Amino acid sequence: MEPSLSFFSDFNINDFWFLGQAAVRTLWISLLSISLGTVLGIFFGWALYEGKLAATLTLAPLLDVFRSVPLIIQLVLFYNFAPIVGLNLDPFGSGVVILTIYTSALVANVARGGIEAVGKPLRNAARSLGISYWQDLRYIVFPIGGRAVFPAWVGVALGVMKDSALVSVLGYVELLKASQILITRTQEPFLILIVAGAFYFALSYPISRYAANLEKSWAQ
Amino acid sequence: MFDYNFHWRPVLKTLPDLIDAALLTLQVAILAMLIGIVIGLCLALIRLHMKGSLYWFATSWVELARNTPALFQLFFFGFGLGAFGLHLSPYLIVLTALSFNCAGYLAENFRGGFLAIPDTQMRSARSLGMTAWQAYTRIVIPQVFRIVYHPITNQIVWCVLMSSLGMLVGFRELSGETQFFASRTFRIFEYFAATAVIYYVIVKLILVASRILAARLFRY
Repeated sequence: MEPSLSFFSDFNINDFWFLGQAAVRTLWISLLSISLGTVLGIFFGWALYEGKLAATLTLAPLLDVFRSVPLIIQLVLFYNFAPIVGLNLDPFGSGVVILTIYTSALVANVARGGIEAVGKPLRNAARSLGISYWQDLRYIVFPIGGRAVFPAWVGVALGVMKDSALVSVLGYVELLKASQILITRTQEPFLILIVAGAFYFALSYPISRYAANLEKSWAQ
Repeated sequence: MFDYNFHWRPVLKTLPDLIDAALLTLQVAILAMLIGIVIGLCLALIRLHMKGSLYWFATSWVELARNTPALFQLFFFGFGLGAFGLHLSPYLIVLTALSFNCAGYLAENFRGGFLAIPDTQMRSARSLGMTAWQAYTRIVIPQVFRIVYHPITNQIVWCVLMSSLGMLVGFRELSGETQFFASRTFRIFEYFAATAVIYYVIVKLILVASRILAARLFRY
């Protein structure tokens, strides 16, 4: 062994473990924002469908802003805006808030499409059988409309999972940020990026294949 | 209510620079889009008509582009290739990463478009005496274009939004320029708010232009 002092050391098994933990954090922030955003987005989608004029004038343009401004700008903006109004959020909190709103803006459109996919006569028939409005939403619209837009929702969810990489800008150590830290130390960008990319691919590819197959089998 | 004084003057003073940077953003996005359309078309045709190594090459391109974060791709072209002594300028990093990503997404759109055109269209065109090239360019492509028109519009918007990641590799397009000014004046919130507005305007302009173009193109 050479007795030389170096700031750099090779990529070893501990670093792999470090990346694994970071991948879990990526998964955690994505799961949290996707589930919160989906609930919120379904509500927004319902409001857009039912609210007619009021919703098209207020909610629709508001959600549109979140789809028309880059996520990275939204993150930086919110992270710097929160202290102004007296909120002290750590990078994780800010990331979850923005990713949740971003998800809900995307899911709102999907959910509205789902409600529109259920035929009006079907719903009228349900109502005329004595089913209440909420029962109709719960037992008729949700299963049928949900099925129609499930692949689209999976697409949105995977997109948010990948976009969660942007939270690294705020300093949250998720997968991509972890790979940056390791690159700085080991000076092996190619190897580490391949490992990080493989993690993302392993998270995303099976789900996207599953959704594609589901779509194919439902189309028949 | 706010314990914070907003200073918009520095933003106004550098607004011309921001507009210039916005034009650079547009330039990169449109260039990447054009490259993406050409490569995406090739990838789609390869995936539809070829087997063997070319098919696997195209499929892995598409899956890699769609299943890893855009930011990861940007870092890969930025730092990953640096390991082989290939140091691209920030402009080229953003351009290659965006083109790579757009090509992957567009390839799937194009493939769906081609699959939606019945075989009989091609066969009847051929039986009318058209060559394969004529049948493709005059019968199949125009119909595919109609189907993929809106996905392409969405992709342009996505491309503009994604170019904002350039600020993380030191590219001074709209976001990079904003970060540069923001860190010089410490008016982070004001600068990023102004940039968000500019992005919003750009996206709206693209959508309006696309709608006008669609009205002229698809009159029949």
